[in-house]
Amino acid sequence: MDVYLPIANLSVNGLVIVALGALTGLLSGMFGVGGGFLTTPLLIFYGVPPTVAAASAASQVTGASVSGAFAHARRGGIDYQMGGVLVAGGVIGTGLGALLFRLLQSLGQIDTVINILYVLMLGGIGGLMAHESLGALRAERSGRPQPPRKRRHHPLVASLPLRWRFYRSGLYISPLAPLLLGIFTGILTMLMGIGGGFILVPAMLYILGMGATVVVGTSLFQILFVTMATTMMHALTTRAVDIVLAVMLLIGSVTGAQVGAQFAQKAKPEQLRLILAVIVLGVAIRMALGLGYRPDEIYTVVTQ
Amino acid sequence: MIGRLALLLLALLACTGARGPILVPEISQHEIQVRQGFTGADLLLFGAILTPEGARAAGDYDIVVLLEGPARSIVVREKRKVAGIWINAESTEFRSAPSFYAMASSRPVGSLVDGKTAAIYEMGLKWLQLSPVGVIDPVEQKRFSEGLVDLMRRQGLYQENEGAVKISGQVLYQARISLPSSVQTGTYTAETFAVREGRVVASAISRVTVRKEGFERLVAYNAERNGFFYGLFAVIVSISMGWIAGRLFALI
Repeated sequence: MDVYLPIANLSVNGLVIVALGALTGLLSGMFGVGGGFLTTPLLIFYGVPPTVAAASAASQVTGASVSGAFAHARRGGIDYQMGGVLVAGGVIGTGLGALLFRLLQSLGQIDTVINILYVLMLGGIGGLMAHESLGALRAERSGRPQPPRKRRHHPLVASLPLRWRFYRSGLYISPLAPLLLGIFTGILTMLMGIGGGFILVPAMLYILGMGATVVVGTSLFQILFVTMATTMMHALTTRAVDIVLAVMLLIGSVTGAQVGAQFAQKAKPEQLRLILAVIVLGVAIRMALGLGYRPDEIYTVVTQ
Repeated sequence: MIGRLALLLLALLACTGARGPILVPEISQHEIQVRQGFTGADLLLFGAILTPEGARAAGDYDIVVLLEGPARSIVVREKRKVAGIWINAESTEFRSAPSFYAMASSRPVGSLVDGKTAAIYEMGLKWLQLSPVGVIDPVEQKRFSEGLVDLMRRQGLYQENEGAVKISGQVLYQARISLPSSVQTGTYTAETFAVREGRVVASAISRVTVRKEGFERLVAYNAERNGFFYGLFAVIVSISMGWIAGRLFALI
């Protein structure tokens, strides 16, 4: 099925794009991450211009996180106060990200920076997740229960001035910490077309020390709003949001997300995390190799 | 561009003076509509060539057909390995690189005309005039333009088909040029040249318009002009699709 993408200016196989959306949706449903970290590189690999890929992947993440966010909201799994601070940071971050995007684009280094960011982020997070889930699985096999992790925020967070009480998260910390975290993920969302869930969730757990019951819901809440802001920012600055591409990705991902959520209920969380870690590390290794190997195209053309 | 036109006019004048042949070119399609499902287009450039007296003449002439897309200013970047990774290093700006270029000829251009004539009419990728910006040394410029041509060729946007013009019955010629789906919109120029004894003795120009139509045009226009509402629309679409899917699956 040939579909013409009016912004990317090329014709693609619609079924491939829908399948791609379904794959990332499946991941997002199973692991509670946006799945954008797979969409953008795969789209680029398929021949979609990187800017269009990043811009359109953001709206796919919006779609995939909506139903999750609603579900968590019904269960009271969102700390709106914390979410609000994170979103505020995220919106600032997308603005900064847009400036950075333009600067890097004019320097011709946007693709390299995106690739390096992917390698660092995915490699780091994937490594951490793999380490942790392997430890948990091993502990389970030996029959000894793992000592419960002490919920604490990072010492640096405690040193920040001004303290707020976040009741649902069970925290009394400076709002600057989640604000900075929000800004950081906002920049990454703008540059990489990812929701940032796989950075946000561990950061909320291990840096902010939030209660596990509100982590996923609040992260989905933040992702929802920040990807919306990113789509707007791309529509206003790079003008690279391809609605046809986004709709095809959405068809796949919203369905995949629902199926994934069903799977997730049946599987063990440690196993799920290990699988996710393997996928994340796989993408990171592939991209790291891509940086070192001689690329297929030595020359690239940019229209002025 | 202006220089080329002037040359062309001069050539035309010279031709009429020498009582050149009559060239009657036609294109299968003067307008290509880029709509949903567009996967590229096949253009048939055909026509007749007659002697000034009106008799069959194609036997004595060779035909070269050029199809050029709208020119634009581009930057070509070159990747180089720096500290173990491949990053964009040097770059060159070209003021007018055609977004599409296809040449078809009845015989290899090298055997039809000399280099100077080929360069004047841009017959072949080797002779493409890209007008680099600023002063750069010729070796480097050559490297960049070769890189550009190679890239565009592999994307099907630059083509060179020597021997692709078929002449039948000593009067009709035809060449097929295919445009990939990634062509730019705009006005394309099709030039036909009749060549004899190393000289261009007749030429004719016709135009093809490539434009987005219907929904595709609406999308491209709004993305460019109404960024805010376009973005808002994209956001609303994504939220409602996610929400509807959630609702539907809740029913199952």
